[in-house]
Amino acid sequence: MTYITKPRLHHPSLEANKVGYTRRDYEGKISTLCAGCGHDSISAAIIQACWELDIEPHRVAKLSGIGCSSKTPDYFLGASHGFNTVHGRMPSVLTGANLANRDLLYLGVSGDGDSASIGLGQFAHAMRRGVNMVYIVENNGVYGLTKGQFSATADRGSKSKKGVLNSDSAIDLIGMALQLGATYVGRGFSGDKAQLVPLIKGAIRHGGAAFIDVISPCVAFNNHAGSTKSYDYVREHNEAVSRIDFISSRDELTTTYAPGEVVEVEQHDGMVLRLRKLHEGYDPTHRVAAMNFVQERQAQGEVVTGLLYVEPDATDLHAALNTSARPLNALGQEALCPGVAALDRLNASLR
Amino acid sequence: MKQIEAINDFVIKFANVNGSGSASANELFAKAILRMGVPVSPRNIFPSNIQGLPTWYEVRVSEQGWLGRRGGIDMMVAMNPQTWDADVAEIEPGGYLFYDSTRALPPSKFRDDIHVIGMPLTEICNAVYTDPRQRQLFKNIVYVGALSVLLEIEPAVIEKLFGEQYKGKEKLLASNVQALHLGRDFASEHLKAPLGIRVRRADRVGDSIFVDGNSAAALGCVYGGATVAAWYPITPSSSVAEAFQKYCGKYRVDPATGQNHYAIVQAEDEIASIGMVVGAGWNGARAFTATSGPGVSLMTEFIGLAYFAEIPVTIINVQRGGPSTGMPTRTQQADLLACAYASHGDTKHVLLFPEDPTECFEHAAAALDLADRLQTPVFVMTDLDIGMNQRLCAPFAWDEARELDRGKVMTAQELEAGRDFGRYKDVDGDGIPWRTLPGTHPTKGSYFTRGTTRNAYAQYSERGPDYIYNVERLLRKFATAATLVPQPVLRAASCKTRLGVIYFGSTSPAMHEALEVLTGQGIHLDALRLRAFPFPASVRDFLDAHDEVFVVEQNRDAQMHSLLVNELEVDPARLVRVLHFDGTPITARFIAGAITQQVHAEVVKPRSRKSREKVA
Repeated sequence: MTYITKPRLHHPSLEANKVGYTRRDYEGKISTLCAGCGHDSISAAIIQACWELDIEPHRVAKLSGIGCSSKTPDYFLGASHGFNTVHGRMPSVLTGANLANRDLLYLGVSGDGDSASIGLGQFAHAMRRGVNMVYIVENNGVYGLTKGQFSATADRGSKSKKGVLNSDSAIDLIGMALQLGATYVGRGFSGDKAQLVPLIKGAIRHGGAAFIDVISPCVAFNNHAGSTKSYDYVREHNEAVSRIDFISSRDELTTTYAPGEVVEVEQHDGMVLRLRKLHEGYDPTHRVAAMNFVQERQAQGEVVTGLLYVEPDATDLHAALNTSARPLNALGQEALCPGVAALDRLNASLR
Repeated sequence: MKQIEAINDFVIKFANVNGSGSASANELFAKAILRMGVPVSPRNIFPSNIQGLPTWYEVRVSEQGWLGRRGGIDMMVAMNPQTWDADVAEIEPGGYLFYDSTRALPPSKFRDDIHVIGMPLTEICNAVYTDPRQRQLFKNIVYVGALSVLLEIEPAVIEKLFGEQYKGKEKLLASNVQALHLGRDFASEHLKAPLGIRVRRADRVGDSIFVDGNSAAALGCVYGGATVAAWYPITPSSSVAEAFQKYCGKYRVDPATGQNHYAIVQAEDEIASIGMVVGAGWNGARAFTATSGPGVSLMTEFIGLAYFAEIPVTIINVQRGGPSTGMPTRTQQADLLACAYASHGDTKHVLLFPEDPTECFEHAAAALDLADRLQTPVFVMTDLDIGMNQRLCAPFAWDEARELDRGKVMTAQELEAGRDFGRYKDVDGDGIPWRTLPGTHPTKGSYFTRGTTRNAYAQYSERGPDYIYNVERLLRKFATAATLVPQPVLRAASCKTRLGVIYFGSTSPAMHEALEVLTGQGIHLDALRLRAFPFPASVRDFLDAHDEVFVVEQNRDAQMHSLLVNELEVDPARLVRVLHFDGTPITARFIAGAITQQVHAEVVKPRSRKSREKVA
């Protein structure tokens, strides 16, 4: 866990976004992860996405579990409240926090050990409940903090740094998220920031449970030959289904891509996701097709990335519970306490 | 043969088969007596099973208002062949056995010292009803009808209760009234009535209400401002969340928008339940969960986090028989140590001990205030006996001027005004730091919450002095808690005595009766009812003022005794254990018997050999 604060000085000409913050305002403390760790690239992508979306840093709540990935919320959005919960149980804490105040943006950061092993149950139930959040798994297939044990996402047949062969099947969190009802599902690669930033932006503006699995190689314990979560392996086997661009509805719409099949998906708040399909016929709004496609390619050893599924008009847990538009943590006594007269009537009914 | 003669003072027990539909008929019986102005205290004794196993409903009728179990049965309504022998054996000599005489039983199945009343219930129902389920269900109403004749319960009162229960369902109302009169007609024509035990209209109920503790606790959560409830079904606590849902539906829906001023989630397990409560508490909503012993076990990692990270959490623990799955549908007070010190490392938690549904209401609301004020987990330690049984108790009361205590939450204005914010800084000397809520201020007051150690400004730190500062501050906070929790209630003996007794929670009604019994025997005790842990200073004063103090509790290992010894460093020899732990609610008879035995043993204590030799 880091405790090194970055100096606040920055160049006066740094560009500010529409809410007056520079990119530096979205940074956190200095990372103590290994040099070259994919997780730091994901932190940088989160910073970039929040800055570009003009999100006020203090209106974000960032929550995590335990592990290398779960340390990262300390390294971005220093002006936000953060919560390093317990191993694998970030989703429930985030759910409770979200119920308390629906007005904040909830970023849940987790790892493959955190989400696919001890926290698999909580991951599953947060997805099926449709908690409005961005749930990012920084997936390296290995336990870094305890020095190199396989995690549940390590592929069968892949090798550990010590040369041990993994005989267990891998848990595919993407497949699970699709099956469980997540309404925004994407996979990124920490080595492809150009793809990852818009993927995160789309997730932030999504109105339901958004899940992004980011392959994020562990340079210390899982970046060797035989690993299927190494930089080299993913670069060689990455197959993107789409290039995604996120367009603010306030901006003039421009097309930066070459002519071809382009799909525009309007998010719940009017923002637009523009997808340039790299695969003929890939429909990002068809859940079953997405599941099939990912499974097929996976069987061939390919790592499918991009926005795999989106339900543009998704709703969330608050909608299901018909919760008040005013955050529950802001309701005053008058809205909460039924008062003496109601109690007297109740007493009378119990005699 | 002796015949028990008693008006408005007897115990009747119904032995039924789970799933036979007897519960509502038995409750109807109890309520009818209550409506005649006579206090009753019913208890469900049921198996961990949906259908087929034995279940009992014991009703104590007591004009004096004793609400604890007395012990002994004056009349048994024996409807379960499976438990016949044990049920018959339980009847006090001179008592009454009421049974379904459709099938003849050999004389060996009866006792000579009890009065047997047979009624062919099955035959009567089979003659009137064709539907098998109706035959079964109405058998229960038929025996209530017969009992109303035998015990002189006014039929009009029962009919009125039917009217309330089946309002708008005229067909059901008519068929129930018909069954009631089937029973009454048979009893009037064929049975000798009234019995030696009977009911006479009185005026001893006053404005008391009749409610179960789980509903009361749920209502306390509504009045106490809880907006987030996360729970996982577990007996005997499930009806807390279900009642919260019901009351919220009634009181917490915004009439203008139709939107809910609450959120209730049935989580996937107890771990997720408490996780949601931790998240909501961290983010400034009042949140609670309701569970029982095994649930608390699963929650302990999060409870430790909430303790160390200092997050308000309210847990209503409706205790049941342990250890492990133990006796899931029986009562105990056996989670005291597990809750007081839940989780690893050095942890201490606030526990509240309501004695009845009224206090379940009050303590649930108080727990939410205390959790916010102290920024820590607070347990409301009820049990199955209070939680799932309807109890006659004082009406719920609420002070209109009362305001929710949100505790030390620093606002954006205070931060803007330059007030120093150190999340774990003891600014006021009471061990309680200030906190900010997420989203409060653009540049000030944000911090990182974690279970790992940190300094007063919430920055990660493994420095020994920083750690010690925090954990010693938590002890200061615990000492502050002792001044804020509900204080103990003293019941002084009518004369000066060197003997004291300490008790708490659902033991209360049996204890009050036992004290009177003991006084009648010349044994005088000052009694202190504990209402919370940490123990306020008056608990030590009480212990200091007595040579010997009985500690009455419903567990095997004398857990409250251990807490007293451990926390107050009192000499264990001065605390005498009175322990009841068979899963049934403790009785006045048991308490009085155990204390009498101990006191007499002391009076006739054999002299030591040395003193005997001296005499010789």
